[in-house]
Amino acid sequence: MTPTDAKRPLQLNDQGQLRHFLSLDGLPRELLTEILDTADSFLEVGARAVKKVPLLRGKTVCNVFFENSTRTRTTFELAAKRLSADVITLNVSTSSTSKGETLTDTLRNLEAMAADMFVVRHADSGAAHFIAEHVCPHVAVINGGDGRHAHPTQGMLDMLTIRRHKGSFENLSVAIVGDILHSRVARSNMLALKTLGCPDIRVIAPKSLLPVGVEQYGVRAYTDLAEGLKDVDVVIMLRLQRERMQGGLLPSEGEFYRLYGLTEQRLALAKPDAIVMHPGPINRGVEIESAVADGPQSVILNQVTYGIAIRMAVLSMAMSGQQTQRQLEQGDAQ
Amino acid sequence: MKLSIHGARLIDPASGLDQIGDIHIDGGRIAALGAAPADFDAEQQIAAHGLIAAPGLVDLAVSLREPGYTRKGSIASETRAAAAGGVTSLCCPPQTKPVLDTTAVAELILDRAAAAGHARVFPIGALSKGLDGEQLAELVALRDAGCVAFANGLAPMANSRVLRRALEYAATFDLTVVFHSQDPDLAEGGLAHEGPTASFLGLPGIPETAETVALARNLLLVEQSGVRAHFSQLTSARGVEMIAAAQARGLPVSADVALYQLILTDEALAGFSSLYHVQPPLRSRGDRDALRAAVQSGVVQAIASHHQPHEADAKLAPFGATEPGISSVELLLPLALSLVEDGLLDLPTLLARLTCGPATALRLPAGQLAVGQNADLVLFDAQAQTLAGERWLSRGGNSPFLGHCLPGAVRYTLLGGRISHQA
Repeated sequence: MTPTDAKRPLQLNDQGQLRHFLSLDGLPRELLTEILDTADSFLEVGARAVKKVPLLRGKTVCNVFFENSTRTRTTFELAAKRLSADVITLNVSTSSTSKGETLTDTLRNLEAMAADMFVVRHADSGAAHFIAEHVCPHVAVINGGDGRHAHPTQGMLDMLTIRRHKGSFENLSVAIVGDILHSRVARSNMLALKTLGCPDIRVIAPKSLLPVGVEQYGVRAYTDLAEGLKDVDVVIMLRLQRERMQGGLLPSEGEFYRLYGLTEQRLALAKPDAIVMHPGPINRGVEIESAVADGPQSVILNQVTYGIAIRMAVLSMAMSGQQTQRQLEQGDAQ
Repeated sequence: MKLSIHGARLIDPASGLDQIGDIHIDGGRIAALGAAPADFDAEQQIAAHGLIAAPGLVDLAVSLREPGYTRKGSIASETRAAAAGGVTSLCCPPQTKPVLDTTAVAELILDRAAAAGHARVFPIGALSKGLDGEQLAELVALRDAGCVAFANGLAPMANSRVLRRALEYAATFDLTVVFHSQDPDLAEGGLAHEGPTASFLGLPGIPETAETVALARNLLLVEQSGVRAHFSQLTSARGVEMIAAAQARGLPVSADVALYQLILTDEALAGFSSLYHVQPPLRSRGDRDALRAAVQSGVVQAIASHHQPHEADAKLAPFGATEPGISSVELLLPLALSLVEDGLLDLPTLLARLTCGPATALRLPAGQLAVGQNADLVLFDAQAQTLAGERWLSRGGNSPFLGHCLPGAVRYTLLGGRISHQA
């Protein structure tokens, strides 16, 4: 007897549609493509004079951020508002938990306010799974980043950026550079690229910033930036946190920049039409040179715009998946 | 009181006894095996045909949570759960509140255990005061109060010098030191075995070297000091290799593993279930297989439950915010029998690791089925099944095995000739 947790598709309803969005692990290629297609259609909404569609009218979306964020929080807010939802945002890191309230109690209180959807960011890996398992079943949970584990909307907005600039994934070489070990963005990007059929995924970092067994994602690990960047179509730079200088992971920001900073000279090793991405906020002169960040190959600000469309897609799809599931269950009950 | 048990298959791993026969008990001790003594007039009879009678199980690590953490368990509740798991003797670790570093706490535990009467309790005292790793606890006074060994748990000693002196002091009085070898710096912040699973889940890893680095230092200091040493809760293939090498060199060290480490691997963490959050962590399949082999060969002579009951709230949070540990003593025998069912061990070897193995490791007067010994027995049906959790006595419901159908069922546990559990 070897008991193991049956891996149930927590984030899908009985028809295989999204009802939560927790991780890209286990999601089929068709679903990721559907998210990208839906986001493409919402990009057009953002270009209109009146930037609203009524898909979430009458619904309450609750942004619960247990960890600081500016970009992700505001783009989720904007996405929900453009879908005509009522939106409340709580920065819980500064409120309830410091008063000793447990996570489950905080969520119960929000449920009591009749929220239909939680967008959650939390410093613990697995927090979004935990919340999805413990909220009442009709509330959709969207992962806005959990620990080092996953940041699936960032992963999908990066995929949208790549698809819009490169057309498809089938013949691409993509390099992800920097602090892979601590990065939920890197994990979500590796999963998404693999699922979407990208044949050459590279991660580039010193060994102290590479997770054990990173090859399981179907990627090749490089420790030399020049070697890893050779002829790639896409360069995704990751943010380097200041605290990585402690504990022996890296000697200094200066040495990191010297070895792994993206300069114009190094970018020249990639294909001439390669694009440069970064989830933000960028550290100029730490992982990326200003001339590259602001240069013609940079699509960093496009990513922000696409982020709103991706989040609109995910919010509307998860809400619809929840409604379908409720109808299915009511049908079963009758 | 006189009691006779009829027709059981008697297995005593210590003596190699394995035959069908009767047991006759008088005054809490085994008076005879086989034919009854002359004029033996049993007041109580147990018909045990088809059952196996073995020495009551000896569990080297059962957190009783009292004093200090009675929301998680009490001496009465957890020793009662232990009896249901077939246990008659158990050691409790010193992580109570206050810490088991004074004779008063030892006496409290022993008094309440005696009052409850479900199992013999052998406390393990703190090696350092408050487990702070700085100053030695009064080891000899604690021994005289009933502590059978000393440990600092996963809390480190301040440095190698303090540890060395503590071992020399303990060696002076022939005291046993129990090691939980995990380097606190290498393990810092870690939640899971450092490997592909932890990487995938984004859980900070605890490398195998957290165990082996600490183990290497501990073994060298044990050798230098000559202290009696027991290595508890081994988790890695390299770790048991190091114990085997030390034993081959003639160093008289013993070792145990947690039963759940012989069954589960880090792959169980895939759904972030906090029920699998344990310290030291569940490791890889290769590690688990090496632990199983070490149990079979006898390099690891004891299997312990490493029972850690928790209240529900302690496990109701994202993985990293939960408390580690599994409530496991209540299923000790049926869960261990799953190793026999899976063909990993034969029954007498398994029972040796659960009775005389642990008893000799810490020199406990227990674990034998022989004339003159305490009548501490477990009678179980190897053909029946236990539905885990159908009846649950531990205060901690934090077991990933609840709902599983496990092989074997404890029918009676006898403590000093008295029935401490019957199902």
